[in-house]
Formats: sequence, C-alpha cells, structure tokens
Amino acid sequence: MKIGVFTCHCGTNIAATVDVEKVAQAAAEFPGVTFSTAYNYMCSDPGQNIVKKAIKEHALDRVVIASCSPSLHEKTFRKCVEDAGINPYLVEMANIREHCSWVHPEGEQTTAKAIELVRIAVAKVSRDRPLEMTYTPIEKKVLIIGGGIAGIQSAIDIAFANYPAVIVEREPSIGGRMASFDKTFPTLDCAACILTPKMVTVSQSEHVTIHTYSEIEEVTGYVGNFTVKIRKKPRSVDINKCTGCGVCYGKCPVRVPSEFDQGLGKRPAIYIPFPQAVPNVPVIDRESCLWFTEQKCGICQKVCPFGAIDYDMEDEIIEEKFGAIIVATGFQQFDYSVYGEYGYGKFKNVITGLHFERMVNSSGPTGGKIIKPSDGKEAREVVFIQCIGSRDEQKGVPYCSRLCCMYTAKHALLLREHNPDAQAYVFYIDIRAAGKNYEEFVKKVQDEYGAIYLRGRVSRIFEKGDKLIVRGADTLSGAQIEIEADLVVMATGLVAMPDAVSLAQMLHIPYDQNNLFTEAHPKLAPVETITSGIFLTGACQAPKDIPDAVATASAASVKALGLMVQDKLAREPLIARVIPELCSGCRACIEACPFSAIETEEIEDLRLRRKRTVVKVIEGVCTGCGICTTACRMSAIDLEGFSNRQIMEELAVL
Amino acid sequence: MKYAYYPGCSLHSTAKEYDLSTREVANALGIELIEIPDWVCCGATPAHISMHLLSLALPVKNLLLARRIGSYDIATCCAACFSRLKIANKFMRDNPRHRAKVNKILGEEYQGEIKVRHFIDILINDFGMKNLAPRITKPLEGLKVACYYGCLLTRPSDITCLDDLEEPHLMDDLMRVIGAQPVNWPYKVECCGASFSLTKTEIVLKLSNDILQMACDQGAEAIVVACPLCQSNLDLRQPKINKKFKANFKIPIFYFTQLIGLSLGIEPKKLGLKKHIVNPLPLLKEKGLLG
Repeated sequence: MKIGVFTCHCGTNIAATVDVEKVAQAAAEFPGVTFSTAYNYMCSDPGQNIVKKAIKEHALDRVVIASCSPSLHEKTFRKCVEDAGINPYLVEMANIREHCSWVHPEGEQTTAKAIELVRIAVAKVSRDRPLEMTYTPIEKKVLIIGGGIAGIQSAIDIAFANYPAVIVEREPSIGGRMASFDKTFPTLDCAACILTPKMVTVSQSEHVTIHTYSEIEEVTGYVGNFTVKIRKKPRSVDINKCTGCGVCYGKCPVRVPSEFDQGLGKRPAIYIPFPQAVPNVPVIDRESCLWFTEQKCGICQKVCPFGAIDYDMEDEIIEEKFGAIIVATGFQQFDYSVYGEYGYGKFKNVITGLHFERMVNSSGPTGGKIIKPSDGKEAREVVFIQCIGSRDEQKGVPYCSRLCCMYTAKHALLLREHNPDAQAYVFYIDIRAAGKNYEEFVKKVQDEYGAIYLRGRVSRIFEKGDKLIVRGADTLSGAQIEIEADLVVMATGLVAMPDAVSLAQMLHIPYDQNNLFTEAHPKLAPVETITSGIFLTGACQAPKDIPDAVATASAASVKALGLMVQDKLAREPLIARVIPELCSGCRACIEACPFSAIETEEIEDLRLRRKRTVVKVIEGVCTGCGICTTACRMSAIDLEGFSNRQIMEELAVL
Repeated sequence: MKYAYYPGCSLHSTAKEYDLSTREVANALGIELIEIPDWVCCGATPAHISMHLLSLALPVKNLLLARRIGSYDIATCCAACFSRLKIANKFMRDNPRHRAKVNKILGEEYQGEIKVRHFIDILINDFGMKNLAPRITKPLEGLKVACYYGCLLTRPSDITCLDDLEEPHLMDDLMRVIGAQPVNWPYKVECCGASFSLTKTEIVLKLSNDILQMACDQGAEAIVVACPLCQSNLDLRQPKINKKFKANFKIPIFYFTQLIGLSLGIEPKKLGLKKHIVNPLPLLKEKGLLG
C-alpha cells in the first residue's frame, strides 16, 4: 500500500492557524504513507498536477487530500486521481479547514488537531476498496401529476423535446385553477384566452396522454424505473364514442351547485365543468345523478345519439412505467369559516377571491355582473380583506401567500371597470407587490381606479339590514373605521391540498409543517426533491402565481428531460450492501429505510441446504444514508465508503 | 351537587339581585352553594392595574379558602371574578416562578387544582338543559331578549374555555329552554365601556348607547346579561344615555338568573326585580309573565 498525502494551505484559510508544513511532515511518518507534500491551492490546476505527478512518480495507490469539506471538492479529487489511473473511490479528504483552521485559533493544538484529522483519513483510506459506478436503465416517459397550468406547461415542454408525457388529473378536465380565473395580473390578459391554447396543444400532442378524472393509486420503484398505478374513476361516458355534442347535459333534469363556479351557478348531474374543457366529454356526478341515487331517469342515455353513456362503467386501474415524475398538484383556498369575527362563513355576501373571479367573468354565473349573492342587486361598496389565513399563526398559516395582494388589486380594478360607480376598500397588512410591473399595477389601481387602501385589520363583520358592517382599524390615521358594505371579498391564502401528505408519503418526498412539498435545496435545487427523479412545480411546493408556476414547470421539465436523454443512469456506488450469509431476514432494515430501498429475496442457503429469506438493497433507490446499517443487529448490512471496517480503523488510530 | 360559592363584591352590593336570583335558582334546582367564608377581593381592576403579584395572590387566597371547606368546584357569577380566578389558576399551574412567589406570600402550597366554574357552565353542563326543561313552570313565551355576553365571559378564550369567542350561544341556549326568544344580533361581545363608568363616563355612554340601539333594532324587548358591570352600565346609565343621545330607551336589563327564576315560578320579589333602574315589571306585566 502506497498512500500519498497532500496538504493544502488554502491561501491563508488553513495556513493562518495551522502549520501546514508540519502537518505534511507528520503525515509522511504515518503507516502506509510513502509520499507527503503541501501546496498553496491543492484544488487549482497546478495543485492537481502535483497529485497526478506524485501518483505516477511514486506509484501511489491511495490518496488523502487534507483541505476543505468533501462536499466542496471530493468530486474534483476523485476525477483528478481517476485521470492518474487510480480508482476514484480510493481517495479520502481530511477536512482541516471547516473542522479545524476556521474554528480554532492559531496554535500548536490546532496544528495537532489537523495532524489527527489526517491520521484518521489515512487510516480510513487504507481500508477503502475500489468501487465502480452502477448503471440502471431509464424508462423514457414522464408522469405529470396534476393538469393545471404547471402540469400543462411541463407536458408541453417534454413533448416539445419528443419525449412522452402522461398527465394524471383528478378533475374531469385539465386546466386547474387558472381555468376559473377571469383576468390575470398585471397585464389583464383574459386567463382563458391564454390558457385554452395550451390546453389544446397538450390534448393534440402525439406525445402527451391525458388521464382526466383519474388519481394516483400507488407509486413504487426508483428514478428511471417508477411503476405507477393510476385509478381511472368511472366517467360513465365513453370517451371514444362521445363527440361532445352536449345533448345529454342539455336534457339532464338535475341542478346542483357548480364546483367550477364556486357554487354561485348550477350545473346538471351530467356535465362538462366549463365550455373549453379538455377533453370535451361530460362526466356523470354519481352523487347527484337520479339514475345512481334513485334508479330512475336515464334520460341522458336515451338522448345520446352515439350510445356513449355507460352507467355500468367501473373504476379501472392501469399500470405504467415512468422514468421521472413531476408533481404539479397545486393548492386549495384557505377555509375562512374559522374566523368567527367574519361570521364563520355564514354571511351570504362575504365571498372569496375565487368567487369574485367567477362573478366578474362574462361567461360566469352572473354574466360578469358583480352582485350581492343575497339579493342579486349590484354591489357598490365592496370591501376587500387581505391576508385571510395567511400570516396568521393562530388560525391560519404563518407564511405569506404571495399573490393575494396582486389579485386583490386586480379585483379592485375589475370592480370599477364593471360597476363604474362602485367603490373598493382594501384592508391590508403590507402590500407585497414584488414582481415585474406589480408595484406599478397596485399604484395604478390606487391612483386611476380610486381604490381606497386602508392599512389595518378588520376586527368584525356583521349584518345590518341588507348591508354588511365592516369594522376595522386604519392604523395610519389611528382611527376605527366602519364601512357599510354590499359585498366583502376575502383574499383567502393558498394552502396545501387536503391529501398532500398522503401523496408525499406515496412518493417518498418530504413535506413541511404546512404540508407543502419540500424542495431539495431552497436556493440551488428549487424544483428537485431529495428523491431522485421526482420534481416539483407550481403551488404544491409554495404559493406561486402563474408566471412562477410556469417558470418552475419548465425548470422541472428540463430536469426530467435531463434524465430522459441519458442512455442509462449512473449511480454512485456509495450505497448499502447486504452480506446475505450474515442476514437473518429480520427485516429491521426495511422498517428503518426512509426510501423503501430494501426488499426481501429468497436465496438458496448452501450450508442449511434450504431456501431462506434475506434482504436486498435496490441499487437505484438507495441513497447511501446508512440508517439501515445502524438498525441491523447482525452487521449484515454495510455502507460502501463508510464500512464498519473503515470506521473501526479510524477509531483505532485516534 | 355542591359548590363553593364565590359571590364577589358586586353581588353583595350593586348586583344584589344577581346574588338573590342565583341563590333562588340554585335552591329551586337543588344545587347547593356554600359561600366561601371570609372571601376577599378577586383581584379585579384595582389590583391588576396596580400590581401583578397582588392580582394573583388575592384570587389564590380565595381559592385556598375554598379548599378549606372541601374539594368542591367554585361557582361564580361575576364575569370579572370568573376571569381573575381562572387567570390565577393558569399562572399557578403553568408558571413556576409566580407559583413560588404566591405560595410564599400565602404560606400555603397551591398548584391551580381547584376548578373555577361560571354559573352558566354549571347550569348547562352539570345540571343539564334536559333536566332544566321539565322544571320550567312558567315559560317566558313571547319575550324577545338580546343575550349580551360582554368581554370577560368568553375572553381570553384559552383561559375561560367557556363558550365560542366571537359568537357565544350558551345564554341564548338557556333562554330558549325557558321559553324566551333570543334575537340574533351582532353585538353579543361588544364592549360596554366597563369600569370607565366612573372615570370616563362619556365612553360608556357612547358604547352602551350603541349596544342598546342595536338590541332594539333587532327587536329585543330586554337584554340579558351575566356580568354586574354590563348590567350597571346598560341599566344605570340608560337615563343619561337617553338625555345625551336624545333617545327613549326603556329596555330592562336582566340577569339570566332572574329570568330563569321567573320561569321556575319563583316570586318576582325574591329575584330582586325591583332593584333595577329601568323597571322591568311593566314589560313583564304586559307580556303576562307576572301572573
């Protein structure tokens, strides 16, 4: 064994407090070390050349770099020694910067500690064994969970690169929340006008398959090789026979509140959620359909000219393989009925922002009239309250929902455009209009559209006659304010979907205290998750407006395509390894593994001459976290690169 | 059903009728109230605005006195007493520093273990509405009342743990059981001006006027309260409010115990109905509730 030790000055980062030359001299005396030197910047090209030259000249077979954290330069030096002909896993780093020079004053003890750190690294490297990268095949297809604007954009991007994408959408149509918006801030484009072309694009793309009215049932496997079970709920209409003629829903006798119109309008039991729905195929809501509730009616089946109505349709589970998954499941509105001071959701004329979107939409339930839901009269005095549920640690969520300031400003503008005599009052905590042309937009709403902005909270709303009395504080003037309003619009915050946690658990991705999915790194890996092959986009990760949702959708697509273009997937060999002879099959490691990376297998035990169950590490899934090795009572599972042997050796020399 | 009864200063003076009617109702329902011997001030406003420690030691003193007569829950009627006793209990339970100081002053160990109950809570949760209903002999049919809870009965909700913070309903529930008709009104927990009654009467006149006006607007013929200060502000100040705001209020302000007493068939005299500034008897007579 010929070990080379290379100690780095890191300019003065290390050399200022550690006597680098002394470390190099001491290292030369360690067992197995045949070469030791120091240099100003080991990671620089000349530094790496010193390493390469020494490997050749002194026939070194293992290397220790005494410098910074392996998270910074381990990859650099693996590559460096590989170029010089040594297996890249026969290099160890002694972190004498973060663990020593940066945290201790100059002095003998600091140098002594650096020497000990190098001694440990030398001991560890002596027990390293050459490892090879492993390769797994990749299923060249991307699953997109959620067919809102984020999911649609992801599908378009992936299809554009000629890779197949599958959208799974829970609702009967794709389009998501954006489909129900009227205008979009700050440019006031009509939401449907910019969304529907994209919906048509994905539906016509030969590379995109859309499963609407479907949900994810089960996800197994790992990056490159996910196996996903999709439950297709019974639409009760044959999607292949239906032409979208609309006779069925024209004749349906049932009327129930429309989910798409936030309950402001009505829909039949067989319905399409909105005119531009994709696919343009109705669905039967079995909870309100007379055929399913009372075994009568059956009109839609009688009138359908194409025989597309199928009351006997059942759940169908399909199984598909995917190489990558993009999660785009979006958000739900905060439920403001927790606020007793705002009437516990009981006042008819207190509505949410999404209600307002439907009301102001010319194809919406009121034909674009902004009215009081209680009596249908025009709303003139309208109070908007921001931060409903957001920034409220007691009853809501602690975070800012980011878009409410903007959509409230938009609503105040649209109010004046639709009812020129109307007056908007906006109660706010702070105005957060950080975005391109956002602040200008809010200013315009205040200056040109006469919206009165009041900085303060509303403490109480109550009904008086046909008015709502809104009592709040204007903290800028220090006065208590009472407004007799016709309509109050709650800028409800964005919160995680009710089943976000169960989806996260199914996908093995982490979620935070607010049930929002957690990215791998908040700054440097904002669309990745720590589970390879699963990416995030849109508001399932944190509240996002449309531009942000679209941007992260494209970012997630690029990450997914980065996997798609590879022939096979290289995997780090620093993963757990089972020694089957020692394994008792107790499955403690399976319980311990947070990534479901361990499974059982039957082996032929030659000594016992019978079949026996032991565990096996699924190479593509194991992240090398090492939790299993501590759970194993038999020491039958070991972590490559951090083997029990290596750790014992490190302890032995301390 | 036995309770250590803590009347507090108001119920022995300005709110005598609250005390009378509570005892009458308790007696009629077989609820035994044992008045805590030698009880002292509960630590309300004068104490808690002058010295925090005093505002804890005074109520704890009462709790200790109650402990001496047995391990009964404390029954109290005044919203301020209720609040102070409960706050003291919370401090004694959760705050070791204050607990040590108070225990040292009073020379006894106490850790907040005695339960403090409002009489509404006792009627609804211990006696039970189901048991109350058959005892009603003279239902107050046709009497429209606005139940006014004020500030301290429900707030702070994590201390009082009594009723819904923003839209309380326990008194309304009781009124329904005794046949009265509670009106739906938004001022159940508005401020009446409280102890500003003496120092800044103008504030009380304005706030109490708003409350009276709202109650009348919603069709109430009387207001029902559970706090001596609310009663005093709405009742005692009515003539002055009428003068200042050129109004003509003549709306009786009852304690909920008085109306329950009436419905149980207790003689009006025993319920202190003559102790009000706004005489409630004409209204009761008009509604045929005195016969």
